[in-house]
Amino acid sequence: MAFESLTERFQNIFNNLRGKAKLDAEDVHTAMKEVKLALLEADVNFKVVKDFVKETKAKAIGAEVFESLSPGQTVIRIVRDELIHLMGDTAAELELKPQNQVTVIMMAGLQGAGKTTTAAKLGGIYKSKGRRVLLAACDVYRPAAIDQLKTNGEKLGVEVFSMGTGISPVEIAKSAYDKAVSDKYSILIIDTAGRLHIDENMMQELKDIKAAVNVDYTLLTVDAMTGQDAVTVAEEFSEKVGVDGLIVTKLDGDTKGGAALSIRAVTGKPIYFAGMGEKLTDLQVFYPDRMASRIIGMGDILSLIEKAEETVDLEKQKKVTEHLRKSQFTYDDFLTQMEQMKKMGGISGILSMLPGMKGFDADQIDQSQFTRIESMILSMTREERANPKLMSPSRKRRIAAGSGTDIADVNRMVKQFEQMQKFMKQMNGMKKHGNLNSLFGRNLFRGKGLF
Amino acid sequence: MGFFDKLKEGLTKTRTNITNGLDTLFGDYSQVDDDFFENLEEILIMADVGMKATDAIISKMKERVREEHIKEPDKVKEALIETISEQIKPCDDAYDFADQKAVVLVVGVNGVGKTTSIGKLAMGLKEHGKRVVLAAADTFRAGAIEQLKVWADRSGSDFVAQEEGSDPAAVVYEAIDIYNSRNADILICDTAGRLHNKKNLMEELSKINRILERKLPDVRKEVFLVLDATTGQNAISQVREFVSVCRPTGIILTKMDGSAKGGIVIAISSEFDIPVKYIGVGEHPEDLQKFDPKEFMRAIFYADKD
Repeated sequence: MAFESLTERFQNIFNNLRGKAKLDAEDVHTAMKEVKLALLEADVNFKVVKDFVKETKAKAIGAEVFESLSPGQTVIRIVRDELIHLMGDTAAELELKPQNQVTVIMMAGLQGAGKTTTAAKLGGIYKSKGRRVLLAACDVYRPAAIDQLKTNGEKLGVEVFSMGTGISPVEIAKSAYDKAVSDKYSILIIDTAGRLHIDENMMQELKDIKAAVNVDYTLLTVDAMTGQDAVTVAEEFSEKVGVDGLIVTKLDGDTKGGAALSIRAVTGKPIYFAGMGEKLTDLQVFYPDRMASRIIGMGDILSLIEKAEETVDLEKQKKVTEHLRKSQFTYDDFLTQMEQMKKMGGISGILSMLPGMKGFDADQIDQSQFTRIESMILSMTREERANPKLMSPSRKRRIAAGSGTDIADVNRMVKQFEQMQKFMKQMNGMKKHGNLNSLFGRNLFRGKGLF
Repeated sequence: MGFFDKLKEGLTKTRTNITNGLDTLFGDYSQVDDDFFENLEEILIMADVGMKATDAIISKMKERVREEHIKEPDKVKEALIETISEQIKPCDDAYDFADQKAVVLVVGVNGVGKTTSIGKLAMGLKEHGKRVVLAAADTFRAGAIEQLKVWADRSGSDFVAQEEGSDPAAVVYEAIDIYNSRNADILICDTAGRLHNKKNLMEELSKINRILERKLPDVRKEVFLVLDATTGQNAISQVREFVSVCRPTGIILTKMDGSAKGGIVIAISSEFDIPVKYIGVGEHPEDLQKFDPKEFMRAIFYADKD
């Protein structure tokens, strides 16, 4: 069972409330109780939730109900805006020094937060932007941590500097910095060992590294699945070592990642990146608006759209869009769409980013279906592919025979095609508006609006 | 040194704002009223017990307070510790595998401390006089094989591995042969940190499970699910997913030496029948300890007396 989304809860509470012009205290109070629950279930820190609820309540009482929204929808919009605000409003970017100087980034965090993997991913990102990156292996404690960094660095073509485990991390950092300067690297990323925030010696070590080399950014890496303790961890690292920014890892699947909100709230430092998956290319810029939507259970439609735009073959997509505008989504378009969905991580990858799909086990969908549908479409004539209306029982029989499937499969495929047709139209509408506002009041999924 | 002492030692090293908060709960309240319960709720939520389980606990305690006319806050605390300890305690045969022929499959998501826990477990079993084989079936994460190898060397265990990226089931297959031929006592298999929502990786796990069932039908099987004490409500979906593929027989709760309370295991125990068997309280081999539910509960309410 996935958590019931805030949206669904609100639907139940506010069904009877219509036609009010202003939010009264009672509405807000009821709504905020649900907000509090949702935030706690998303692992936002208790104290952060308390403050947030108090402040947002004050803002919401007496606020005008937005046109075309119900009181409940208005509250959730205010909540969403406040959450975004709390997380820094816009995406933050590291300011790098000019190419001829070395920007030094130091990773810090608890054991298992994903520092080593993230350090390599970060190196990969800057390398792809044309920077010369050097990774420094300063975790001399965990067995094979250096091997891990080397392997990941190799995969991404980023050079790794290491001196084994017999030398102090401070010395390694110093030597790495010297090498970075003399060999004209522009970014040095120092991977450090995971440590407990209450381990004074280990915290001192980070301070020593900072004192020995000129660290520009100390980035605290936090596992998105962290519970209430995230705040304590972030506070301790900030106080003892000094933190310039945050990276949230493992923010994929059904992780709500309330910890991100908590650490942002207590440190006041920007979240620069979010790790969205296991692959080395899955480190992405952190967008406060998407995170807000995720925490309150609206899925991540914007991420989906962006991912689609990145992976999709623009020329082919143009054609599909053109067809959509004329309302003639064809089997050829369907085929193109399927190929592109495959590139986006398959149907489960896409569904996991959509709201209302939390309770839906995307893995139930057999990926081999893709292949089967492909072979069915390829068994159609050109005319049939271009004009879906031609489909008839005899044609279906022929397609089934041609693709080695049976008529029921073909019928199912036709149905899926029609669903896709609808879905694509809606996606298209969203993209045009470029924001979620176009979704308000729309019946996208399960016949309900998103709010 | 017990885990609670260790924890206290850890806490005295640092600022103890949360701890102080807990101390005052039973100090400041002279009667059991709404304020008291509100504070109790806060403590449980801050310990990651979660809303649902917290609500259940609070209403149960309110009922008891009414029925048994409990007036002293301290008594409520004792009753609560008693009830929950009973609910989360490991069963009597929880540790029997250590004296039998057994295979232990260790599962869990990325970064919870699977490999380290295996290392500590192997050290303990070796000290216990057992012959141990370690199988490096995490062929996915870079460096995982090398990391386990270090622990195999430290503990003097036999070690089976293939190259990175190879089929984990094949590693297990080979390890079973070595386990048999060397007449070892315990086979421990490391697995990749499968994020529970990635189906392919979960399938890999069922495949390993099937091989174990087939090739070692008469050997006791344990599946230890490793959970990170700092994890919040997501731990519940982790458990749910692993239950659906490999029926864990016990939980290893790691990283209890930080400031996280690990209260999520209370929520887990009310939904699943999987006992916590071990906790990890540090980096040293002896820092893997049997789970003591009362100590665990006392740590949640951390009070200096006792």
